[in-house]
Amino acid sequence: MMSNCKAFIKKACRDVGKDPARLIDLLHAVQNAFRCVNEEAIDQIACELQIPRVQVDGAVTFYSFFSKEPKGRIIIRLCNDIIDKLHGVEEVGQALTEELGIEFGQTTEDGAFSLEWTPCIGMSDQAPSALVNEAVVTRLTPESARQMIRTLRGHMDPHQLATQLGDGNNASPLVHSMVRNNIREPGPIVFGPVNRGEAIRKSLGMTPAEVIRVLKTARLRGRGGAGFPCGMKWEFTRASEGDRKFIICNADEGEPGTFKDRVLLTEFADRIFAGMTIGGYAIGAQEGLLYLRAEYAYLKPHLEDVLAKRRADGWLGQNIHGKQGFHFDIRIQLGAGAYVCGEETSLITSAEGLRGDPKNRPPYPAQKGYLGYPTVVNNCETLCCVTRIMEEGAATFSEHGTEHSYGTKLLSISGDCSRPGVYEVDFGVTLREVLQMAGSNDPKAVQIGGPSGQMVGEDQFDRKICFDDLATGGSVMVFGGTRNILEIVHAFMEFFVDESCGYCTPCRVGNVLLKEGIERLLDGRGEPNDLEQFRKIGGMMKSCSRCGLGQTSWRPVITSLDHFPSVYESLVREDPDGFRRSFDLKEAVALSEDITGRKSIHA
Amino acid sequence: MSQTYTIHIDGVAIQALPGQKLIEAADAAGIYIPRLCHKRGLEPFGACRLCTVLVNGRPGTACTTPVADGMVVENDIESLREFRKQIIEMLFVEGNHFCMFCEMSGNCELQAMAYRFGITAPRYPYIWPHREIDASHPDILIDRNRCILCGRCVRASRDIDGKHVYDFVGRGAHKQIAVNAAARLADTNADVTDEALNVCPVGALLKKRTAFQVPIGRRLYDLKPIGSEIESDGSTRID
Ligand SMILES: Cc1cc2nc3c(=O)[nH]c(=O)nc-3n(C[C@H](O)[C@H](O)[C@H](O)COP(=O)(O)O)c2cc1C
Ligand code: SF4
Ligand code: SF4
Ligand code: FES
Ligand code: FES
Repeated sequence: MMSNCKAFIKKACRDVGKDPARLIDLLHAVQNAFRCVNEEAIDQIACELQIPRVQVDGAVTFYSFFSKEPKGRIIIRLCNDIIDKLHGVEEVGQALTEELGIEFGQTTEDGAFSLEWTPCIGMSDQAPSALVNEAVVTRLTPESARQMIRTLRGHMDPHQLATQLGDGNNASPLVHSMVRNNIREPGPIVFGPVNRGEAIRKSLGMTPAEVIRVLKTARLRGRGGAGFPCGMKWEFTRASEGDRKFIICNADEGEPGTFKDRVLLTEFADRIFAGMTIGGYAIGAQEGLLYLRAEYAYLKPHLEDVLAKRRADGWLGQNIHGKQGFHFDIRIQLGAGAYVCGEETSLITSAEGLRGDPKNRPPYPAQKGYLGYPTVVNNCETLCCVTRIMEEGAATFSEHGTEHSYGTKLLSISGDCSRPGVYEVDFGVTLREVLQMAGSNDPKAVQIGGPSGQMVGEDQFDRKICFDDLATGGSVMVFGGTRNILEIVHAFMEFFVDESCGYCTPCRVGNVLLKEGIERLLDGRGEPNDLEQFRKIGGMMKSCSRCGLGQTSWRPVITSLDHFPSVYESLVREDPDGFRRSFDLKEAVALSEDITGRKSIHA
Repeated sequence: MSQTYTIHIDGVAIQALPGQKLIEAADAAGIYIPRLCHKRGLEPFGACRLCTVLVNGRPGTACTTPVADGMVVENDIESLREFRKQIIEMLFVEGNHFCMFCEMSGNCELQAMAYRFGITAPRYPYIWPHREIDASHPDILIDRNRCILCGRCVRASRDIDGKHVYDFVGRGAHKQIAVNAAARLADTNADVTDEALNVCPVGALLKKRTAFQVPIGRRLYDLKPIGSEIESDGSTRID
C-alpha cells in the first residue's frame, strides 16, 4: 500500500481516539479517501485499533456502503425499490448504462464512475431518485439522467448537480439539495408552530419523574413501528443502574416507502434534539446519539450546524439552561447501508462499531444497551411528539386520535397518487380518507407499514390507521389498477433477502425460499402445494426469527395471499403427470451435459 | 444454596437456579430441548433457533432465556416440532450436505437431528450455493459447504483459546465463516490442539487425518439418538 494511505489511516485512527466503537466512522473515512477498504487497509486498521482483523473484515462486508474493490470517484446509487419501478426507473437505469458504457455493479475503466442499485433511499415521493455520492437527485428521467452524466464529466462534483433547489432548509447552503419536503398536510402536533426552548424550559422546571408522568398521561406510543409506550421505556431506563446512560434517536428510516423522518431532520431538527435532551434529563443520561442512515449523509452538515447553535445557546453542554448538574450533548453516528440497523438492538451494535447483528433479548436496551449501559432508542417522530407534549401539555396532545392511539401520525404516501408526500393525520383516520387526500383515483392495493406491514385491497379501505387496526410506522404505498401484485411481492422479498443480517436460520433461509417460490409462480411453475408451504414458512419465521425483520418479512407474501387469493390461485396448477412442476430436468442435467460434452436423450 | 426457582416444562415441575438459562435448567432435569448452535461451556448465541420454546405462551429461545420463578414452558408440542423440522430442512437445503460422503457422518449433530425428527428428505428445493473450501492448514480443514453458521468455533476460539481465529463475514445468505487472515487458515495462529476444533456440530471444521478412526456404524449417533444423553429422570425434577 502506498505510504500516504498508511499515513492517512494512522491519522484517521488517531482522530477517533483508536476507539474500536468508532469503526464505522473510520471505515467511512477510508472508503471515501481511497474508494475502497482493501485487505491492506483492513490489516492496518485492525493493527491500529488492536482488534482482530477478521472483526474489521466482518464489518466491511456487512455494510453496503463499504467495498473491498475500488469504486469510482463518483458512485451513482439508483433506487430500484418498487415505487421507483412504477415511475420508470428501469428506463433511467438503461440510459445510465448506455451513457456510462457499464452495467450495474461495474466501474468505468477510468475509475470515474460506479453504477449500483440500492434499496429505498427515502425519496419515494420524488421517484425515481438516486444518490450521487452523498448528493440526492430526484425525479429522474432517461434524458435528465444522461444530462447528469454529461454535466458530471465536466466538473466531477455531485454537489453542483442541484441547480433548482428544494423548499425550506433544502435550499440552505448547508443542505443545498434539490429534495422537496412535500409536506401536504401539516397537522397541529408534529408540524405545529415552533416555540424554541419552551419544552426544555418547562421540563427542567419539573423533576424527571414528573416529565415521565406527563408522557404517560399523554399515552405517547413509539412512532417507529412497534408502538411501545414512551413513558414506560424511559421509566425502565431511568430505574436501571449505570455509570453512564444513553439516549439514541433512530434516524435510520430504512423501511421502503418511508420518508417522514427525512422531513423532520430537514425542518424540525431542533424539535428532535430538544426531545433527546428532555429524554436525557428524564432518564439521567448525559450522552445522546443520533444514528443517521448513510443515505441521509447530505443532511449531516445541517444537523451539525443545528447542534452547534444549540451548544452556543446553552441548550446543550454543561448546566443546560442554567440547571446545575444537568449536562447533555449529542453526537451524530452515521450508518453504512443496512436496513436491519433500524432495529434498535442492531442499531446499537452498529453504533458500537460492529456488524449490525441484533442482540439477544433479554437483556433489553433499557437494562444493557449501548456499550453495555442503559439506553433508550426512540424514533425521530416520537421525540418530536415529546417536545410538543412538554410544550403544550398532555391534554392538547390527547385531544387527537383514538382511545389507544393518542395524537397524530405522520404518513409517507407514495406510488400511484397525484399528491405523494408527508401527511400529519389524526390517528383513527380511515385508509379511504387517506387515499382521497393523496389523490389516488384507482387504487387496487395498498401496502401499509412498508414491506414488513401488510398489503390490503379495496375491501379493507374502511379500516382505521391506529395501533389496534392498521398499524404503521408511516409508509403507505399505493398501487393502481394495472399493477401486478406478484411482482410487487417479489420486489419486497428481494429486499428482505438482501437485507437479512443472516444471523438466524428462519430469516436467512426462509426469505430466500419465499422469494424463489414467488419466482416459480411468476414463471408458471407454481403448484397448489406451494401456497401451503408459504404459510408454513411464514408461520415458522414469525415465531422463530431472532428479530423483527424475520418475524415480519414473510408478510408481503401471506397478507397478499390473504387479500388477493385469486392472484395466486390463477398461477398454480397440478402437473397432469404427477411430476413436480418446479423441477426442470433440462436445467438439472445442463451442467453434466456440459462436463461430459454429451446430450441427455430425455431432456 | 440460597434460592431456587420452580418452573414447569410440558407439565413437569423442575428446579432452576437464578442466573441459569432455560436450556441448562432443562438439561439438569433430564429434559432435552433440541439445539444446534448452543453448546455447554460456550456463551449463548441464539442463531439456529431450534431451541425455540413457548415461555408463558410466547416464543423464545431456551439457550438465551434466563429462568424466572414460575415460568411455564412448552417444549415437546406439535407446533414446535413442526417448526424445528422446518429449521433442520432449511439448514440442509441452504448448504451442500452429502452425508454419504461426509467424514462426520454418524457424529454429525445436524444429521442426527434429522434422524431424531424423522426427516428423510427436505421438502424445500435445494439452493445449491457455491461455497469455498480452505485446506491450506497442514492439520485443519474448513469445508464451508457444510457450515451451518452456528458460531461455535467463533466463540470457542475467542473465549476458550483466546485467539479469535474464526468469525463471520458477509451478510444475509452471503454470510460465511472466515479466518483471521486475508485469505487462508494457514496464515493464522490456528493449531490442531485448539478447542475450536472440538465444537463444530457438523463436518465443516475438521482435524485432518482423524476422520475415520471410528468406523461408520459405530459412531455416536449410529448407536443412540441425539438428545438421549440428556434425557433421563434428572435429579432436579420435583415430583
Ligand atoms: C428490521 C427493522 C427495522 C426498523 N427500522 C426502524 C427505523 O428505521 N426507524 C425507527 O425509528 N424504528 C425502526 N424500527 C423499530 C425499532 O426497533 C424501535 O422499535 C424504534 O426505533 C423504537 O422507537 P419508538 O419507540 O420511538 O418507536 C425497526 C425495526 C425493525 C425490526
Ligand atoms: S430475523 Fe434473524 S437473520 Fe433476520 S435480520 Fe433478524 S437476526 Fe438477522
Ligand atoms: S465451521 Fe462449524 S462450528 Fe464454525 S460456524 Fe460453521 S458449523 Fe459452526
Ligand atoms: S426512494 Fe425509491 S422507493 Fe423510496
Ligand atoms: S440452540 Fe438456541 S438458538 Fe440455537
